[in-house]
Amino acid sequence: MGEVAVIQYPGSNCDLDALEILRDVLKARTDLVWHKDLAHDDYGAYVLPGGFSYGDYLRAGAIAATSPSLRIVKEAAEGGKPVLGICNGFQILVEAGLLPGAVLRNSTLRFVCAWTRLRVETTRTPFTNRAERGQVLEIPIAHNEGRYYLDKDQVPNLERNQQIVFRYVNEEREPTDDANPNGSVDNIAGICNQTGNVMGLMPHPERASLEVLSPDNQADGRVIFDSMIRALRGTGG
Amino acid sequence: MTTVQVQKPNLTDEEIRYAVKRLGREPNEVEWAMLEAQWSEHCSYKSSKPLLRLLPSKGPRVILGPGSDAGVIDVGNGWVVTLHIESHNHPSAIDPYGGAATGVGGVVRDILSLGTRPIALLDPLRFGSMISSHSRWLFDNVVRGIGSYGNCIGVPTVGGEVEFDTSFERNCLVDIVCLGLGRRDELVLGGPSRPGSLVYVVGGSTGRDGIQGASFASRTLTERSDSERSAVQVPNPFTKKLIIEAILEAVDEGIVQGMKDLGGGGLACGLSEMASKAGMGMEINLDSVRTRDPGMRPGEIMISESQERMIVVVKPKNEEKLTRILDKWELGYSRIGHLTKDGTLRIRHHNQVVAEAPAKFVAEAPLSPRSSRKPSYIDELADAPEPTIPEDLNATLLALLGSPNICSRAWIYRQYDFEVGLRTIIKPGQADSAVLRLPNSRTLAITTDGSSKQVYLDPYWGTVGILSEAFSNLVATGAEPIAVVDHLQYGDPGNPEVFWTFKEAIRAIRDYLKATRVPCVGGKVSFYNEDTQTRTAIKPSPLIAALGLRNARAPKIESALAKEGDDLLIVGATFPELGGSEYYESVQGLVGGRVPKVNLKTERQLLRAVTKIIESGVVEAAHDISKGGLAVSLAEMAIQGEKGFTLDLDKVPTKTTNIAHLLFSESKPRFILESRPRNTPRIMRRLRAARIKAAKIGRVQGSKIELESHEDPLITIPLSVAAEAWSKTLSKTMDSAT
Repeated sequence: MGEVAVIQYPGSNCDLDALEILRDVLKARTDLVWHKDLAHDDYGAYVLPGGFSYGDYLRAGAIAATSPSLRIVKEAAEGGKPVLGICNGFQILVEAGLLPGAVLRNSTLRFVCAWTRLRVETTRTPFTNRAERGQVLEIPIAHNEGRYYLDKDQVPNLERNQQIVFRYVNEEREPTDDANPNGSVDNIAGICNQTGNVMGLMPHPERASLEVLSPDNQADGRVIFDSMIRALRGTGG
Repeated sequence: MTTVQVQKPNLTDEEIRYAVKRLGREPNEVEWAMLEAQWSEHCSYKSSKPLLRLLPSKGPRVILGPGSDAGVIDVGNGWVVTLHIESHNHPSAIDPYGGAATGVGGVVRDILSLGTRPIALLDPLRFGSMISSHSRWLFDNVVRGIGSYGNCIGVPTVGGEVEFDTSFERNCLVDIVCLGLGRRDELVLGGPSRPGSLVYVVGGSTGRDGIQGASFASRTLTERSDSERSAVQVPNPFTKKLIIEAILEAVDEGIVQGMKDLGGGGLACGLSEMASKAGMGMEINLDSVRTRDPGMRPGEIMISESQERMIVVVKPKNEEKLTRILDKWELGYSRIGHLTKDGTLRIRHHNQVVAEAPAKFVAEAPLSPRSSRKPSYIDELADAPEPTIPEDLNATLLALLGSPNICSRAWIYRQYDFEVGLRTIIKPGQADSAVLRLPNSRTLAITTDGSSKQVYLDPYWGTVGILSEAFSNLVATGAEPIAVVDHLQYGDPGNPEVFWTFKEAIRAIRDYLKATRVPCVGGKVSFYNEDTQTRTAIKPSPLIAALGLRNARAPKIESALAKEGDDLLIVGATFPELGGSEYYESVQGLVGGRVPKVNLKTERQLLRAVTKIIESGVVEAAHDISKGGLAVSLAEMAIQGEKGFTLDLDKVPTKTTNIAHLLFSESKPRFILESRPRNTPRIMRRLRAARIKAAKIGRVQGSKIELESHEDPLITIPLSVAAEAWSKTLSKTMDSAT
């Protein structure tokens, strides 16, 4: 049994990418697990990869959120294990109620694929413990439905609880409208649950985990997986 | 509702006579429907086949050449790549979103048919003028269609190109190139199957969409074409994604004996081609085909082009393994028959034989000989008088940078996921080709090119120019060209003038590939791209998709200027070749003149020399000189690198003194290379040794685009102004217009 499970849903398409980075770059023992085969909480951490699970029918992530695998994921989350949702995985976690808010269609009404700058807003999570607060990571996005939404009056709560993990920022590290690629409330790119062990983000850290794939030759996304594996091993997971 | 026409099949009188004679009887309704689909130009290549055989298609890396679903190329260490190009022009002209999406689906199936994983898409596109709201509607929805399909199935769209020309107003050209990757020992080559092997249809069910799509694509569009939406298939990328994963799982298990995608012509084409290739027959029961409507007639089932379907052949002992995989992926499937010894394709429906004919007879249409005649316009247009040079060359360069044919493509590629798969090292907009990581530590460059404006003026040299540009794009990233596929798109082949331009393209591709010793591993022909409303055919539009291989140690070279103080070198000579150039067409409004010619004797040597130089790591940035000429290529490098330059035009190797020629001629092949001053002498020495015209013509400096001649500033533009002109055209036009 591996340390990490990358859960494969019908229509996942970044599953093999996450697997490659975890296995070959992070050297973590990682299994690709078909969602129906995940029957027990045997892993130390779970990754819900990007893609178009169930073709984004109904709403992005809505159908996968009803997969029995989410019962195991919830159990793991309640047990404090790291659960990471990337892009469609974020949408699934929101639809399953593991993370607050909603992820809506981009304000441009168009799909957008681009490299973005993310400012690390908290290092208390198992996904950012090796980063520095205020550090900027260059990581790409690719989505049609990535506009994070939460009622305006609830955002301060999220902020207070240190649940905002990443914001889209400009070159001056400021979360401006220009730097916001999809119209997310308060430039939010990634959030976590109250305890910090469940995180979802729209950007794809696995696509920024090899130097050769990054325009600036920096593997900025790796710190997220690095942190997760360290947290996992540190707690004996 | 479209129904099968019983009375008069859409075949020529000669074909009808041939069919009756070969079969020894009048074919019945179902058989006519099958023959009509399979013998359509779209499926049979009956006009083009003898000519296509002239193209060089052999080479040490070629495992499978033309005539299969895709070309297969050895890239070393047991890995192969597959390459194919398809168009979906007619469907996209009436339903741009669905037509373009199913175009992606079709070419992806071809790559999958060989047991290889689709890993990249490119989209060469052609539309009418952007001034036309109809063209903008087509453009917007084609891009959305390609994006929605490619993004969903997780295959990155890593490149493409787009050309706007009024000849595409009614007939837009939507082409999709797909690249696949696999293990050589896992290829599904559809080799000898055994009688008794089982035939499965996997994936979507069969409905009335796409009925007669192949014959629809083999006619000119008419004012009634809008009512033929039922000839356009309905896309379902989610099902396609499941098919990809399920099929590759079955291939991994080694249980797939043969595979064929169901595209143009549906089961009629898929089954007859498969049986004919295996030298066998098939016994098929249409009652087993999963249909969306129980009332579908046998002829309709046979020629439906419903999407997301594959034929898979397995041995009876592997049946359970196959169905277990398909059940896991929750895909529909049914066993519809088996292979037989007798070579006959026998179709049953409701316990009756509804069609019975030799598979080979169905699969191989009689050839249609075509006559050709050089169009008279060609010589007339070549002698166009030289127009006067505009006084304000700053405004001219800005107009060119903002021209829809030249401006930034970011509005398009930002709508495509170009990263998925973790292979895209050089991404859209960064260099002349996309560069992809291979599992064997080497990297692959891929590009696609067309130039309908130049091909229209000179079908031979225009086509040579496309190949030269495609190869230059590969070379500019340090790659060595290893294979091409072509796509030849024309009007009605029955028109001798149209057919002459087609023959010229074939001649050009043959000559160029022989000169450079690169094989053509596949391709596609699309005729009847014309409509009766405007009574015009499209400009002849051959396209090339080219593949290059890079050494493991080749540096990542982009086209953005890199460092203040670097030298700028030009490689290749400049001639007065402005025919079909963006300067003539969009600034001067002139359709005419001489198009660029390429020296076929020196082409291979020049390209190799530049590849070697770039590979050796002494070049900081590289860009080929193409649309808009020298001035535009340099401006693009400056805008991308956010660095200015100064340039002395008097140093450009040329015999012309005409400033417009120097600035805007599209002679090829030419390159701009940026080098550290200490490396410049070395590069120049190597170029001189290879007898290649080259010169140091400028330097990276400041924040302006500055071109001078005889110490007179000809063009001085602040970078920010140039960037504004170049980067905003598409987004402004497409996102503000309704």
